[in-house]
Amino acid sequence: MSVGDFIRNSQVWKSIFRHPAPRDRRNRVVVMLTNVFLHLHPVSVRKSGIALSYTWCMGGLTFFLFLVETVTGVLLMFYYRPTLEHAYNDILALRDVATLGVLRELHRWGAHAMVITIWLHMYRVFLTGSYKPPREFNWGVGVILLVLTLLLSFTGYLLPWDQLAIWAITVGSNMARATPLLGYEGPGAKLLKIGDVELIHSGSDARFLLLGARFVGGETLLRFYVLHCVAIPLAVAMLIAVHFWRVRKDGGISGAL
Amino acid sequence: MADKSRRGFLRTIFGTWFGIAWTALTASAAGMTLGTIRFLYPNALSEPPSKFKVGFPSDFETGQVDNRFKDQNAWIVRIRDPQLGDIIYALSTTCTHLGCTPNWLEGEQKFKCPCHGSGFKITGVNFEGPAPRPLERWAIRIAEDGQLEVDKSKKFQKELGQWDDPESYVKV
Repeated sequence: MSVGDFIRNSQVWKSIFRHPAPRDRRNRVVVMLTNVFLHLHPVSVRKSGIALSYTWCMGGLTFFLFLVETVTGVLLMFYYRPTLEHAYNDILALRDVATLGVLRELHRWGAHAMVITIWLHMYRVFLTGSYKPPREFNWGVGVILLVLTLLLSFTGYLLPWDQLAIWAITVGSNMARATPLLGYEGPGAKLLKIGDVELIHSGSDARFLLLGARFVGGETLLRFYVLHCVAIPLAVAMLIAVHFWRVRKDGGISGAL
Repeated sequence: MADKSRRGFLRTIFGTWFGIAWTALTASAAGMTLGTIRFLYPNALSEPPSKFKVGFPSDFETGQVDNRFKDQNAWIVRIRDPQLGDIIYALSTTCTHLGCTPNWLEGEQKFKCPCHGSGFKITGVNFEGPAPRPLERWAIRIAEDGQLEVDKSKKFQKELGQWDDPESYVKV
């Protein structure tokens, strides 16, 4: 008996893979349907669906970059502390002290690339008309994923805690002042009051909620860090699962139905 | 792999585009795994150094316990030893029972552990409570500039006879 047969006949192997090798059509289907990751993917795809000239593989590349960002991000979390005292120095230490601190550059460039691949992915979906019914819901899911990706970039931008980061977030978050009704300089905010007491002021509006303070400071750094590393990635991961599942349920990848 | 000769193996992994692709993928995956493991070993630590200077021998009075370096896990003690005369040694502040930090009680002339009541004499020898053995000493020496230098990378245990080692104390 060869080593390969010995492994494939072992109880460990059989407990993981409860079916024969995918050598015939039936077992290829079974492999896809019994695996929690693979079952998000259609059992079979049209030739055009895997033609690079047709899809550009931009959705796949975006997912790959999300995985790159996740892995490098987790590694960076081992060296980065989101406090006023440590944040900037930890970034410098990643560059100057840590071996392979280039992971941080990988994380940053991966983030830039992810925004570009999402944009190209949406462009392709638009050109091939793949947003049309019955795929209009999945287009909506994709738009939310785009917004969440931009928010990941925005929150991640603050973490190096240099002058560029602080002022970029100061300027960016100032837009929240002008939120209708909920920003204290926004239209309609003055309407929300009980008697003479204004409900929306600089210490209670949308910007205050975002920053955790009236100005970008230690509270903001912690808040953006948690959003960047936990809250938004969790939401993105769930929506990616929905997105892939709906590609399958809506009739497979791209192309006319 | 039908051809089991060495040349056949090399031809399999480098001889076709498919083989080259798998070889490159395997090599880069292995490289990334090793690189990731290396990344997790930090090159710089923010721990306090294990060697530190505590002052000149003349700064310490006979019969006194110096509490200033308790944060660095050391008491500097100068006593008159019956055989050696005046000596200075550095005691670890870790209780030998379960690892709490005792306090030096000047009035009662003992180290008293608040956790379970172990007591140690000024020499570090246990005499009451559950502690099974004396406190440990750190290595101490007179550095080139004449100051005492404690080295926490070496420890000396009385019950093993290591307090006779001249590295475990400084004769004044």
